[in-house]
Amino acid sequence: MDSFFKDLRSEFPILSKKIYGKDLVYLDNGATTQKPRRVVEKIESGYYYGNANIHRGVHYLSQRATEAHEAARERVRQFLHADSTSEIIFTRGTTESINLVAFSFGEAFCKEGDEIVVSVMEHHSNIVPWQMLCERKKMSLKVIPMNDRGEILLDEYQALLNPKVKLVAITHVSNVLGTVNPVKEMIALAHAAGIKVLVDGAQSAPHIRLDVKAMDADFLAFSGHKIYGPTGIGVLYGKAELLNQIPPYQGGGEMIDQVHFEKTTYNVLPYKFEAGTPDFIGSTALSEALDFVDEIGIERIEAYEKSLLEYATMELMKIDGMRIIGTAADKSAVLSFLLGDIHPFDVGTLLDHLGIAVRTGHHCAQPLIERLGIDGTVRASFAFYNTFEEVDVLVKALKRIQTMF
Amino acid sequence: MTINEIQDEIIEEFEVFDDWMDKYQLLIDIGNSLEPIDEQYKTPQFLIEGCQSRVWVHATLVDGKVILQAESDTVIVKGIVTLLLRVLSGCTPQQILDTDLYFIERIGLKDHLSPTRSNGLVSMVKQIRNYALAFKLTAQ
Repeated sequence: MDSFFKDLRSEFPILSKKIYGKDLVYLDNGATTQKPRRVVEKIESGYYYGNANIHRGVHYLSQRATEAHEAARERVRQFLHADSTSEIIFTRGTTESINLVAFSFGEAFCKEGDEIVVSVMEHHSNIVPWQMLCERKKMSLKVIPMNDRGEILLDEYQALLNPKVKLVAITHVSNVLGTVNPVKEMIALAHAAGIKVLVDGAQSAPHIRLDVKAMDADFLAFSGHKIYGPTGIGVLYGKAELLNQIPPYQGGGEMIDQVHFEKTTYNVLPYKFEAGTPDFIGSTALSEALDFVDEIGIERIEAYEKSLLEYATMELMKIDGMRIIGTAADKSAVLSFLLGDIHPFDVGTLLDHLGIAVRTGHHCAQPLIERLGIDGTVRASFAFYNTFEEVDVLVKALKRIQTMF
Repeated sequence: MTINEIQDEIIEEFEVFDDWMDKYQLLIDIGNSLEPIDEQYKTPQFLIEGCQSRVWVHATLVDGKVILQAESDTVIVKGIVTLLLRVLSGCTPQQILDTDLYFIERIGLKDHLSPTRSNGLVSMVKQIRNYALAFKLTAQ
């Protein structure tokens, strides 16, 4: 199994490069993944041979580009196991997807005194859009607490679900703790109370099989660049019945049916939410990335990354003074830690000079870091191209760093 | 010693190491030797909040010289802070305003003073210059 994934490394040219004279060990995949050749080649050939504006040209090239873009939409539909391509909206990424829902759902369904529920482990992108909605509509934001292991407190969650709550916005996987939240169960509880749920899939899409039908999510957002695709393209899945009831987010080309100065009517789903020329090169490259992931098999990726995470956790725990931050029973490919009392910035800076790329700090989840009562963490986040040997390099580097203070 | 003589001295101290980790070891040792800032200055008023680390800096004018105190919550930043104080503390406001801090680049730590690092150091240097400017204007 190990050698199967090792062979895939050659698809990623950067992985064989040196940084400060050391072999690069890229453990910042939670921030963004590296791109395989085939994705980059897709972008290149798209611009060289497939570039024409879509949905409007009568000419051959425009037709081809439109077909490629719509085929990408179908590809995403399959990936999410959604019912229909009309439920797949291309956005710039998770953040824009969440902002879209916060605005449009908010306009249609929220009023003064209503509530939105998020969890304490949300990334800023799944906090701030809701705060903006709350400010706009004079609503309040309620927060689901967690235990010290980094697991959602389901009883407390249930207690928050009252008739004033219009939507629950919850991350599937925590970008800091790695916790895999029981979204299916949480959605069932919310639905029983008549409440809609948005799932932030940014950290789960690259690692866990997503099935919007099985989890019964009302909305789900993810980003292309975290799943081996290009930056600047992302997805919002929404149930058609809901998307039909909420107003457009932005106005412009593509999203219209008829425009008159007296009145404009809007296009059908999903185009109603895609104002302006969409990133039709990005969508086809994302489709290529999803092909790549599916050819490997998301279950196979999940199993391998799990064994990598378990090995890394076990090896790191052997280091004196090591504190693992986030010890939930169900975790995905994220490993946050503190090396004794050494500041995460110091650890990250020294790891960098040893060729190891990690993320340090609050990881754009300041409320969570505050809840944990720390200044930040060092985070190693894995992709399927990481190896057990790289974990050994990390452990050795951490031991060396420890002697320096 | 002039400001530039101090800068050259620091460059020499770092030049003997070609390995990054040795340079950082020296920086960590220097950082660990920094006297903590007076508790009364370790307050939000004197805090420069970076995304990755925090720096406190305080300046007073004594006999026409700027006396600086500073601290950081990370040892590496503390090391760089110590070097900056070694160069700048005890100078006149005008000297601080005129100084080109070339030693940072020469010892290979330029990245830490890049605006994209957000570790508080860029703002700290700016803040020290602001103090110097304020002292100069008050004196005039």
